[in-house]
Amino acid sequence: MEDLILIWNSLPALLKGMLVTLELTLAFLGLGFLVGIVFAFGQVYGNKFTQTVIAIYEKVFRAIPALVLLFLFYFGSASLGIKLSAFISACLAMGLRSSAYQSQIFRGAIQSVGKEQMMASRSLGMSQFKSIVYVILPQILRLSIPSWTNEFAIVLKDTSLVYALGITEMLRQGRYIIARTYGNSLLIYITVAVIYFILVFTGSKFFSFLEKKFKIPGYETKEEKEGVRAV
Amino acid sequence: MSFFDLAWSIFPSLLKATIVTLELTGISISIGLLLGILLALGRLYGNKPIYALATAYVEFIRGTPLLVQLFVFYFGLPSIGINISPFFSALAAFSLNSGAYQAEYFRGAIQSIKGGQMLAARSIGMSRFKGIVFIVIPQALRLVIPSWSNELIYLVKYSSLAYMVQVPELMARGKIIASRNFRTFEVFLVVAFIYLVIVLILSKILDLVEEKVKIPGLGT
Amino acid sequence: MLSNPPILLLKDIRKSYGTEEVLKGVSFELSKGETKVLIGPSGTGKSTLLRCINQLTPPDEGEVWLNGTELTDKKVDINKARQQMGMVFQHFNLFAHLDALNNVKLGLTKVKQMSEKKARSKAMEELERVGLANQASSYPAQLSGGQQQRVGIARALAMDPKLMLFDEPTSALDPELIGEVLEVMIDLAEAGMTMLVVTHEMGFARSVCDEIVFLENGKIVEQGSPRQFFENPEHKRTREFLDKISELYGGSKR
Repeated sequence: MEDLILIWNSLPALLKGMLVTLELTLAFLGLGFLVGIVFAFGQVYGNKFTQTVIAIYEKVFRAIPALVLLFLFYFGSASLGIKLSAFISACLAMGLRSSAYQSQIFRGAIQSVGKEQMMASRSLGMSQFKSIVYVILPQILRLSIPSWTNEFAIVLKDTSLVYALGITEMLRQGRYIIARTYGNSLLIYITVAVIYFILVFTGSKFFSFLEKKFKIPGYETKEEKEGVRAV
Repeated sequence: MSFFDLAWSIFPSLLKATIVTLELTGISISIGLLLGILLALGRLYGNKPIYALATAYVEFIRGTPLLVQLFVFYFGLPSIGINISPFFSALAAFSLNSGAYQAEYFRGAIQSIKGGQMLAARSIGMSRFKGIVFIVIPQALRLVIPSWSNELIYLVKYSSLAYMVQVPELMARGKIIASRNFRTFEVFLVVAFIYLVIVLILSKILDLVEEKVKIPGLGT
Repeated sequence: MLSNPPILLLKDIRKSYGTEEVLKGVSFELSKGETKVLIGPSGTGKSTLLRCINQLTPPDEGEVWLNGTELTDKKVDINKARQQMGMVFQHFNLFAHLDALNNVKLGLTKVKQMSEKKARSKAMEELERVGLANQASSYPAQLSGGQQQRVGIARALAMDPKLMLFDEPTSALDPELIGEVLEVMIDLAEAGMTMLVVTHEMGFARSVCDEIVFLENGKIVEQGSPRQFFENPEHKRTREFLDKISELYGGSKR
């Protein structure tokens, strides 16, 4: 009973933290999407130089732990005399990191759509840009939804790392509650975990709903084809 | 002191901490592997309660942040009287977390093996158990290598979270050095570089392994 | 022929998937050394019937007797029983991670607990029998469909079965590869193996088998010798089916 009261009383603070968590998720994913999609096209249609630079960018941002990136952008930049707020640093670190993953997702989709689609639209006299906007993009966005759902879940969960920069997202709110109430820390952290779970679960359900809604009738994705061939 | 002098001077100390990072990763991925295979088999071949339990475990772990899981072990367990050291709480959190992810990779690999394989095994008189051991698992182990490599690399990177519970691994070492010389950016650049090298070497090794155990004639 | 006791006896086999009854009471027997061909339109329960025999798909009702043992009895060690019935699959189902030799050898070492050395020479013998000794170290994905199927037959033969079940062994093959598999099967039949074959190869049925069973909608419509079957079928349905099949497969090939 005491436990239930503790959880009940900590809910307002946790939900406040949850809003920050959601804001962060949106910001990271948004930045990652913009940079990622541009880089994906750059890698497929760009010249050799562009391709190499983007490939290195991807590799580096995917190989460095999120926590190290956060430290570089926040404490590191400060040590160089660049003053960035914790929020901006977090957006840069986690947003650019996500862009490296998202660019790979979109690149895979662009490649699976194939050259034929581009050729067909160019043959109608569309410019490369128009072909991308009207023919390629609508297809790759659909194709990317499953992997993108995964990326969403990862980014959402990893917002907890900005705890280290002192941003009061949900996990830090939990920590504050424990400090304030001397309450059962196990209970609070599990409550935090459950809220995360609900967010991830609802989000994933939402995206699989989108996937169904935008599914092109009769259109098989590349993965499905390969799945049949495997083994 | 130039960047390279700095890098050179802090390198030995960082490398020592890297060993802790690798230990943490190595042990966790191994326990996770065992747990992952068991969970995958439980989800695919287990009876109702085993299936439900394994599924709930995998879904819940994958649906919650690793950092929160780590906090549950390190800060949470003491409130019910269980005290474990930083290193062991990190080990526990990472292993249990990785097990859930590896379970999904194995499940995917096993599911992509055609049903005819098991049918053929049963037709020559193998029991279900023998079919799993001699036919399904050897094939699944090969199929799982690419996603398993990803998991290993994820775990190397996420082992940096252990810093948050005072495990003296690479990240923590970097923080200590930076707090002494105030050259945070450069120190973490070196830290980032070490992670980068570990990741590159590991992916190379795993590519080689994949090539080595590839079944001839089968495209990937 | 008649003096031989039946090796396999099916009594009123019934099987349903959901509400659909695939097998509606099928009975027949197979004597030692006999080759029986099971024909019928697709989706008519032929494959299900084969799987009911070795209990890969247990029937809902009815009895299967092999050499005087009831396989449908729950107390029977079915893994032991299956060793006596080789099965050849439409899609070969070779173990994808093992080369040809090990595909044949695996059952010997892991099921029959044969020693490595004995199993090896036995497996080589079987590969030789199907003409593939030179492909022993090739993996399934490196073999043609016809070669894969021959390895599949060798794998089944290695267990020294009393009875071989063939489930459309040539229907997944390109036309030019069918011959090599049929040849192996003919050799087997002539060597006195007891065989139950589901196939659309009328040439094989006509020239090799002792009896043809025509199955439709889960029931036996007609059974008899090839001669009677092709020259003077009793039922209209049988005749219609034979006409359709010979149109599709170009009549009797051999």
